[in-house]
Amino acid sequence: MKPVSFSKAELERYSRHLIIPEFNIEGQRRLKNAKVLVVGTGGLGSPLLLYLTAAGVGTIGILDFDVVDDSNLQRQVLFSVDDVGKPKVEAAKKRLERLNSHVNFQVYNTMLTSKNALEIIKEYDLVADGTDNFPTRYLVNDACVILGKPNVYGSIFRFEGQVSVFNYKSGPHYRDLFPTPPPPGLVPSCAEGGVIGVLPGIIGSLQANEVLKILSGIGETLSGRLFLFDALTFETRTLKIHKNPETPEIKELIDYDQFCGLNLNGKANKEDVKEITVEELKALRDSKEDVQLIDVREAYEYDICNLEGELIPLGRILDSFEKIASNKKVIVYCRSGARSATAITQLERKYGFDNLYNLKGGVLAWADRIDTSMAKY
Amino acid sequence: MAKVIIPTPLRKFTSNLGTIDTNGGTVKENIGSLAEQFPDLKKHIFDENGDIRKFVRIYLGDEDINVLEKENTKVLQDSVISIIPAIAGGSN
Repeated sequence: MKPVSFSKAELERYSRHLIIPEFNIEGQRRLKNAKVLVVGTGGLGSPLLLYLTAAGVGTIGILDFDVVDDSNLQRQVLFSVDDVGKPKVEAAKKRLERLNSHVNFQVYNTMLTSKNALEIIKEYDLVADGTDNFPTRYLVNDACVILGKPNVYGSIFRFEGQVSVFNYKSGPHYRDLFPTPPPPGLVPSCAEGGVIGVLPGIIGSLQANEVLKILSGIGETLSGRLFLFDALTFETRTLKIHKNPETPEIKELIDYDQFCGLNLNGKANKEDVKEITVEELKALRDSKEDVQLIDVREAYEYDICNLEGELIPLGRILDSFEKIASNKKVIVYCRSGARSATAITQLERKYGFDNLYNLKGGVLAWADRIDTSMAKY
Repeated sequence: MAKVIIPTPLRKFTSNLGTIDTNGGTVKENIGSLAEQFPDLKKHIFDENGDIRKFVRIYLGDEDINVLEKENTKVLQDSVISIIPAIAGGSN
């Protein structure tokens, strides 16, 4: 390890670590000497970055491609109202530099891909995964396995959280637990399924704790164990994870969208559906043409905003096919256009509809381009 | 009667119930009993061949049934079976 020294200001700042007997100045030296990459600066990334910065991890990589949105502020406590519209990595860096000037930050305003993952991750000792989709989860895992880096994993959905440490000291990794991802559409993202705002704070903080334990070498990590937390019932479980002898050896990175059944647009892998833009729908409505509008979201989403379509949630669409006209244009819509595309594919395959059009961009596009008074979520 | 803990993503198929009492001497029988009570759940746990899907893990207590006797793992009256799905949320 490089020799590491501390200034008076640092010694005072970290004094509550230094007086823990098993942590002491040696643990703090290890933190200062360490490089951690946090992938995703959202719900999990926020507490991760705040605590790792406050604790004095020497170099922290911040990776995200998105900009701060109003709907992030319910749980992404790294950001403020002033940050809306700014790149997340820039807003995060600005906030974190104010928290601890002794930390070196590297920002990557990009999506993690099979092309750049190895190049970026190889610079770090450890990766903390705070992403929000299956392709990136498998990408982070595989890159960590190839490069031999520990992967501190956290994941959330509504009220439920998972935490583990993968690929640490020959321990199991993500593919040992989940060899293949679920098909698209079965497990909605937080954008579609929702998440209680405090949950990522809890799960991301647990990840930060595991990161500090691994870096400082103290305690027993969650390697080989999966921690589950249900915020609704306050039940916790810790399950064992084993290395799976059937897990294939990971030699190179692959096309993870394809692996997860997605095409490049993030849409379910299915034959193309016919589309209509929000401008075209507006023109149709203005012309009073007789069309049917079907809303395949859930009732609680419909209550936030809607286009006065007939509400038939995706899960019931096949059972409700008799409600869908076959003799006129039917426009199917959802929040972003993904679920409605799935609904159309299912209806076309099973019942042979040929008059269904997907509203491109969903109600989000309508709120952006046609009716800006409509709430987005 | 054993208890099966239903994960959040699958609760839409169990009328939002988080735990279900099931019957049977093995994991397979208990999960089968669960699927009988909630038929919509079946295709999300079993594939076309009746095998447990690879993105779902089944645990008995804190142990993966794959290192026990898989679907034939014995289940006691007070056993707790967990269905663990992959979830991916975290950022947006």
